[in-house]
Amino acid sequence: MTIHQLSIFIENRSGTLIRVLNALKEANIQIIASTIADTAEYGIYRLICSEPLRACEELKKANIAVALSDVFAIAIDDQPGRAAEAVKTFSEAGISIIYMYSFLLGGKGILIFRTDDAQRAQQIIEERHLSVINESDLQHIS
Amino acid sequence: MIWNPNKECMSRDEMSALQGKRLHKIVEYVYHNVPFYRNKLQEMDIRPDDIQTIEDIRKLPFTTKKDLRDNYPFGLQAAPQSEIIRVHASSGTTGNPTIVGYTRKDIGVWSECMARCLTAYGVTRDDIFSVSYGYGLFTGGLGAHYGVEHIGASVIPAGTGNTEKHLKLIRDLGITGIACTPSYALYLAETMDKLGIRKEDIRLRVGAFGAEPWTENMRQEIQERLGLKGYNLYGLSEIMGPSVSYECQMQHGSHICEDHFYPEIINPVTLEPLPAGQTGELVFTTLTKEGMPVLRYRTRDLCSLLPGTCDCGRTAVRMSRIEGRSDDMLIIRGINVFPSQVESVVLSMPEFAPRYMLVVDRVNNLDTLQVQVELRQEYFTGVFDTPAAVDQLEKKLAAKLKSVLSIAAKVQLKAPNTIERSQGKSAHVIDKRKL
Repeated sequence: MTIHQLSIFIENRSGTLIRVLNALKEANIQIIASTIADTAEYGIYRLICSEPLRACEELKKANIAVALSDVFAIAIDDQPGRAAEAVKTFSEAGISIIYMYSFLLGGKGILIFRTDDAQRAQQIIEERHLSVINESDLQHIS
Repeated sequence: MIWNPNKECMSRDEMSALQGKRLHKIVEYVYHNVPFYRNKLQEMDIRPDDIQTIEDIRKLPFTTKKDLRDNYPFGLQAAPQSEIIRVHASSGTTGNPTIVGYTRKDIGVWSECMARCLTAYGVTRDDIFSVSYGYGLFTGGLGAHYGVEHIGASVIPAGTGNTEKHLKLIRDLGITGIACTPSYALYLAETMDKLGIRKEDIRLRVGAFGAEPWTENMRQEIQERLGLKGYNLYGLSEIMGPSVSYECQMQHGSHICEDHFYPEIINPVTLEPLPAGQTGELVFTTLTKEGMPVLRYRTRDLCSLLPGTCDCGRTAVRMSRIEGRSDDMLIIRGINVFPSQVESVVLSMPEFAPRYMLVVDRVNNLDTLQVQVELRQEYFTGVFDTPAAVDQLEKKLAAKLKSVLSIAAKVQLKAPNTIERSQGKSAHVIDKRKL
């Protein structure tokens, strides 16, 4: 039900982001979506990419602090108000979204998010028949 | 086993009386034979007869490494050259090396003290013992060698280098004991892995490790990989060489050969003696040395003394592990901070690599301390996908540092392998303060 997100620790120094991107480039990994949670001293660079397991290994080899996190990905219609609807489903069930980002794929909006209660969130997704995106769905975009 | 129960288990009163008597004698000896000390004592208006008991030691001047360098090469030698049968030199990273001459009696005392160490480790005349400290100007090789001969074990003077041949001998001769630096012991273990020699193939059971700082974690690793029990061996060439103190089977501090080397712990700033149990700079006075006696030599090593009778039966005072060096000491907001304190905290948290950097600065007339640590790849897991999770890790380290250092430190996390690896001891500190 969940997909792999790479969570990467990067220091706020010039040159650190490019090191990560270069390592992905060398490994021929395609970035599908990404966002940086920034603080005054460092950032957590979250990204969805092709072949996340291999990407993670390659980054580790390049001495980059990287980990795999499980996140949800659901598709919504590319229309005003759909994101609000989706989030409302969870908030009504008392589930908090810890972070969320989105991108467009094949005319659909894709919401990537992590909640404070993965089990409960999974139940809601099943009950409401939300359109879940699998990792294999993402491999076909290139 | 105890080599010399008369001395190692002497009652405190008898020991103090012996130390007082010997102190008087050594002060009289240097007063008449070393112009450096005679001048110092005269300046302070102290005559040898003013020193009668061991408590009188507080009246005496200190000796520093600088004094030894300034009097290079033989300025502090008390015995005539014709009485000196051996000369060692300590590695001088800056300026002149320290030259130490030994009389025949000094070599005898050294062998006796070394025999106490080896016996405490459980070494007997039935052992085959490899000395793998460097032989030569360094005191380690010959110092340990004479001790092994003195107890009657078979000494294998392996020295350092040619590790593969050494390992062959360890295996084929059934060598049971080894004296070397802890890092060489680990190197031996690595070479064993490379050659496919298993710890079951060798018979090493005792290791005498010293000459460099090492941690309890290193001890565990060496013991595990070589299948032996590792003991601390402490010494310094200015005082004698290895044998100044040694661990017994209890491994709760190292017993000092205090009938020959009188220890004190002082506050390195005020130079005032500290009560037993408190950590400060270790100071030694040689009570019986003829070649180059020293009064109140400041070792710069930081540790504490543990008085009381040990469970092994020895009454000889124990010293704790060396906790740092007083010349590394930083004073931050009036608090003494040692990089080794930070090291111990960082090493206790597996999330961080065993590397760190202290950055000291002064902002608006207030000292600031920043501790940089590296995340360890294996411990950076999926839970660290939010700054909140990373901050929690930072806070955990900051809280530990605060409790050990007594001052707040700002933690800065660094990516793996971004802090420079260096062997130098001051390389852990960047002090940006312009005072």
